[in-house]
Amino acid sequence: MRPPAFLQSALERDVRPVKVVTFKIDDKDVTAREDETILTVARQNGIFIPTLCHLEGLSERGACRLCLVEIKNVPRLAPACVTLPRQDMEVITTSERVQDYRKKILELILTERNHVCSVCVSNGHCDLQQLTVDLGLTHVHYDYLYPHHTIDATHERFSIDHNRCVLCLRCVRVCDEIEGAHTWDIMSRGILSKVITDLNQPWGTSETCTGCGKCVHVCPTAALTEKGKSVAEMTKRRQFLPYLQMMRKEERQ
Amino acid sequence: MSKTRVATTWLDGCSGCHMSFLDIDERIVELASMIELVYSPIVDTKEFPENVDVTLVEGAISSDADIEEIINIRKNTKVLISFGDCAVSANVPAMRNRFERREVIDRAYIENANNNNHAPYQNIPGLMKSARPVHEFVQVDLFLQGCPPPSEAIYGVLSQLLAGEYPDLKGKTRFGA
Ligand code: SF4
Ligand code: SF4
Ligand code: SF4
Ligand code: FES
Repeated sequence: MRPPAFLQSALERDVRPVKVVTFKIDDKDVTAREDETILTVARQNGIFIPTLCHLEGLSERGACRLCLVEIKNVPRLAPACVTLPRQDMEVITTSERVQDYRKKILELILTERNHVCSVCVSNGHCDLQQLTVDLGLTHVHYDYLYPHHTIDATHERFSIDHNRCVLCLRCVRVCDEIEGAHTWDIMSRGILSKVITDLNQPWGTSETCTGCGKCVHVCPTAALTEKGKSVAEMTKRRQFLPYLQMMRKEERQ
Repeated sequence: MSKTRVATTWLDGCSGCHMSFLDIDERIVELASMIELVYSPIVDTKEFPENVDVTLVEGAISSDADIEEIINIRKNTKVLISFGDCAVSANVPAMRNRFERREVIDRAYIENANNNNHAPYQNIPGLMKSARPVHEFVQVDLFLQGCPPPSEAIYGVLSQLLAGEYPDLKGKTRFGA
């Protein structure tokens, strides 16, 4: 049997006290709890690291790799959203190498599916488009693949356009972790990967979807949208996420 | 002082970028005093001239004729600018890329035509399998994003180039702007 909550947290504190580490980000001395990610600490200290799959309030997935940073004396770059700091670590977020990799990743995302911002419902309100601005990406160096992807508009109020999906899996996580429905999942591997509803069936026939719309609003691009929106009309509302979390934390205490 | 020789052209585009250029309003008079427009859809020169300082290329590369034209432009231009999203990323023209050429032509000339429904196959440039960005064919010196690029960004680029500076476009435009 688990001890009651108040006792449990006291026990945990005694048996396994949370350690504090000090390390450096871009030559700035910072302090963190050992279970905080480099990304969290960077944001606390006003240091910009681009992200796409990360969303405050959801578990981390490390799917997009846009948050790559360099760690001194470690040959491989590390994704800041899933890497914990160590004592005396030296993290570099702005080296040429890091910026170059981030841009390449962005270019791969843009060329892998079909993005036409000028006619897109999310034009002007899109995390992916904003990243091209933040990283100063003016054009891509890879060949566009122009793959053939479908749109599923069988749901009464929402639709999914796989042409715009970046496979961040925010939809999968919010539906599972916050709504508790687990309608979304992912199938296949590599470039053939695709998000699916239930057993890879039309969204409108899903038996688990509650129609809450959470997936639509956490989706960073125009992959998940409300029906009836025209060019540049699809704005996302994400305030529910921190709000729900706060309320649930209070209830638990 | 000799005037800067400027050219503009449209390939597979909608002319919207040129419209945005004209939208710089009265500043076009000031520009006109500093440049010589040696080739453009709005002037009457038939052949692309030699020794052009700056060329603005609107539109994607979509046909055999586009390829010939862009190679010739590159040969005769010092600073080549991909002018607008269609030139930079192939944008809207590339939305046909997932269809067969035949389907695209039939759709345009037969299915959607009200009369005289037949596809022109003679005396027109061959359509490429897909529309592609300009920089897949020739080296591009500057990328002016936007659909169309905002007039401010266009004016900014030209005035900075004329002042002998390297244009800084940060925050002035983006894909889909
Ligand atoms: S989803 Fe974003 S990046 Fe993709 S076309 Fe739409 S606005 Fe552009
Ligand atoms: S609408 Fe709600 S329940 Fe349905 S798939 Fe999206 S998050 Fe899951
Ligand atoms: S549908 Fe949206 S939220 Fe889901 S994986 Fe694709 S881009 Fe991410
Ligand atoms: S934000 Fe870190 S991998 Fe996506």
